[in-house]
Amino acid sequence: MEWETVIGLEIHAQLATRSKIFSGSATAYGAEPNTQADLVDLGYPGVLPVLNGEAVRMAVRFGLAIGARIAPRSVFARKNYFYPDLPKGYQISQYELPIVAEGALEIVLDDGTRKRIGITRAHLEEDAGKSLHEGLPGVSGIDLNRAGTPLIEIVSEPDMRSAKEAVAYMKKVHTLVRYLEICDGNMQEGSFRCDANVSVRRKGAEKFGTRAEIKNLNSFRYVEKAINYEVERQIELIESGGKVVQETRLYDPDKGETRSMRSKEEANDYRYFPDPDLLPVALEPEVIESLRATLPELPDEKAARFVREHGLSEYDAGVLTASRELGAYYEDVVRRVGRDPKLCANWVMGDLAAFLNRDNLEVGQSKVDSAALAGLVTRIVDATISGKIAKEVFETMWDGGASADAVIEQKGLRQITDTGAIEAAIDEVMAKNPGQLADYRSGKDKLFGFFVGQVMKATGGKANPAQLNDLLKKKLAG
Amino acid sequence: MTAPPSLPAPTVAGLARGLARGEYSSVELTQACLARIAAGQPALNAFVTVTGEAALAAAAAADAARASGRAGALTGVPIAHKDIFCTEGVKTTCGSKMLADFVSPYDATVVKGLKAAGTVMLGKLNMDEFAMGSSNETSFFGPVRNPWDPTKVPGGSSGGSAAAVAARLAPAATATDTGGSIRQPAALCGITGIKPTYGRVSRYGMIAFASSLDQAGLITVSAEDAALLLGPMSGFDPRDSTSVESAVPDYTATLGDSLEGLTIGLVREFFDKGLDGDCGQRVREAIAVYEELGAKVREVSCPNLPLSVPTYYVVAPAECSSNLARFDGVRFGHRCDSPRNLADLYCRSRGEGFGAEVKRRIMTGTYVLSAGYFDAYYLKAQRVRQLISADFARAFGECDLLLGPTAPTTAFGIGEKNDDPITMYLNDIYTIGANLAGLPAMSIPCGFAGGLPVGLQLIGPHFSEARMLNAAHRYQQETDWHLRVPSAWA
Repeated sequence: MEWETVIGLEIHAQLATRSKIFSGSATAYGAEPNTQADLVDLGYPGVLPVLNGEAVRMAVRFGLAIGARIAPRSVFARKNYFYPDLPKGYQISQYELPIVAEGALEIVLDDGTRKRIGITRAHLEEDAGKSLHEGLPGVSGIDLNRAGTPLIEIVSEPDMRSAKEAVAYMKKVHTLVRYLEICDGNMQEGSFRCDANVSVRRKGAEKFGTRAEIKNLNSFRYVEKAINYEVERQIELIESGGKVVQETRLYDPDKGETRSMRSKEEANDYRYFPDPDLLPVALEPEVIESLRATLPELPDEKAARFVREHGLSEYDAGVLTASRELGAYYEDVVRRVGRDPKLCANWVMGDLAAFLNRDNLEVGQSKVDSAALAGLVTRIVDATISGKIAKEVFETMWDGGASADAVIEQKGLRQITDTGAIEAAIDEVMAKNPGQLADYRSGKDKLFGFFVGQVMKATGGKANPAQLNDLLKKKLAG
Repeated sequence: MTAPPSLPAPTVAGLARGLARGEYSSVELTQACLARIAAGQPALNAFVTVTGEAALAAAAAADAARASGRAGALTGVPIAHKDIFCTEGVKTTCGSKMLADFVSPYDATVVKGLKAAGTVMLGKLNMDEFAMGSSNETSFFGPVRNPWDPTKVPGGSSGGSAAAVAARLAPAATATDTGGSIRQPAALCGITGIKPTYGRVSRYGMIAFASSLDQAGLITVSAEDAALLLGPMSGFDPRDSTSVESAVPDYTATLGDSLEGLTIGLVREFFDKGLDGDCGQRVREAIAVYEELGAKVREVSCPNLPLSVPTYYVVAPAECSSNLARFDGVRFGHRCDSPRNLADLYCRSRGEGFGAEVKRRIMTGTYVLSAGYFDAYYLKAQRVRQLISADFARAFGECDLLLGPTAPTTAFGIGEKNDDPITMYLNDIYTIGANLAGLPAMSIPCGFAGGLPVGLQLIGPHFSEARMLNAAHRYQQETDWHLRVPSAWA
């Protein structure tokens, strides 16, 4: 039996405002518990929420970036339920009239084809606090620092058909919110997380299967693993005569499995109703247009331009636009070098990426900045050093912080382009290896490589490879 | 019992003049109030907390300010606050066991504004629990008694405010009105009450009952006093998104304007069969006074107004069920002893902390918001609410102010309506409409029936407080009902 997986994601992205969505408290991560919660966050008697305009602007910019409809009037609603980390006994969210509706993003599948993922809506809401259990025997601690942190919840259509597609979509949203600088995207700190709605149906079936919702996935790897586990669980269940029940499930990364949290019957009746403490958010067309003007070049636009202007492959362009910083770094290198954008791309995606990865650094923290890398690439382009020597120079630059020219000078790595010097080295090598020379001349062409290697060794790798090639060919021919 | 010496003037306006002329100091005036409060407390139970020491200190500061030439119109005038307003460092109980020991860490915007204007706080006034009630009998701190007849209720929920001002324990008091909680007690106690336009006064620091209906106002002896005190407590507050950015006029500036040409609408639906005959008669006598003052009187109709009570008892409980969810025993307020688990903590803390009427409304509100009932109750009520607002808007196309009775009867007996919540709810039948439409409204005394005061209600278009206050003031210049004091408190 062939099965089809159907996935929809609800992504929660924490908006990068300085203060909370309805109070003046700071949103910084990692402070002492309850030091960033004022009377509004604590839900004290008599206090009232006041909307943070910056959160609204960020949500609108997201909506514009996904080509969505921005609601001229959206309404905050109360989602009522009791929980100790929910101080007011309700969460302020948006329900019937969200600020963003009907957008879409494109993902690239493994075979290179593009797929459109619909985004049903995106709405503003406040985060809850945290319950702490560790080190508190017999009781639970409540930390309300996170309570009231602004979130945008991005709800997709059930358009994804595999865990891979789900991850690709989530990464796409992750890239986008960071481009827009509306979310820091930090998944460990919970700034970017998702719930996955997963169901399966027989291939060709029109009706969706019953879905399970996997809560609070905070890494791309967990998303993929949890969905794959859940898909298998559901298929096995159905094939063995069982039925999937609508429920909320939790993913246990240690065991690599999902388990039931609560069934539909146990689900809360949230009793949503418009929050009478907040006015509807009214957005004039001029305000929306002025926000549109603040949008940066978006990842897809940038990638298309890289292909067009720099002659990169779609794949390379995709890699280099994965973050706004990486794209900016690359373009700065290209601008400074002034030619050979493909070589620049190779360096950014190759050695630079490898070193960043090794040292677990973001491109913004790179020990070789774009100007320095451009200096290095320039020396390759102008034949001062070879690409191979450049790798050595790069490593020294990374560890010591010096410029490419300084490293080349200091280590004497300047490429030898003096014909006489190269010829002298060739003569020496030929003299030392009479046997190989005879073999070569008797037809063993493959030994050419041996001679290149020996001359390079003799010149400390500094001989200009093209010149060496030409001269060596002539000399070996006799 | 013999009442302690009466205050040196019957009104805030008079007391402010006396203070300005140096006839007495704020400390002397505050001492006089505190003496009357002490005498009145056993009989009336109007106060939950009396802040005598702090009051005298504030009065001394006011006197010092006056001595150094920094006195405003209200500097040194003692007033009291309904215990629904948060007061920094002072118990703020909201009439509930839930908050019996709650000391607020901050001042409500209303409290701040009146403090900044120089008024001196005498203490916190009793009220129906979380402002839910029309008789002040739901207070955890016991019922308040009507100074005109201690066997009668003072009305509610601002029963403490009304009784304190009626017995002249305090020259004026703040109060709140969600469905009539200022106007009905003002009527039942024979004094003046004003509920401003929704959004005129900040709700920040006023413990929420039903957020879309709650509005802070005043209970005073006269309309002039209300005009004096309303300014400092009004205006846009960045902490309340529903407060309105509209300039606050000097409400005293237009007092005394002629009523010539003013059109007063008599709402037909207010003169229904539920209205007590004598009360209706007093209102008709007041209409005659207005005609003598030059006002034109015509009948208007608000056909949907009879639906206001059922509409209100869907909307208000819905909002209250959510507003009161924060009282969960976790961060503040009553917490049950040794909870076994989270559910036990919630159930017992709330079960013990809330009284019967509050529970009834939380349950009603939870029900009307529930899946499957939301459309039939909450949404329908919101639609009717719009119809009622539209009725008023139409009426104000034909007239400048509406006039009618404030309550169907005079004060009823303590315990009389406790068995039947519906009868109790019907007490607000004439007042609820203004809350649903967000309109400003007042109650002023217009005579007596069977020895008990009768109230006349005025309702105006949004932000017409100045016009309404003047209409009330002109009436009070022709009559002295508002100056009558129960003999025991004279």
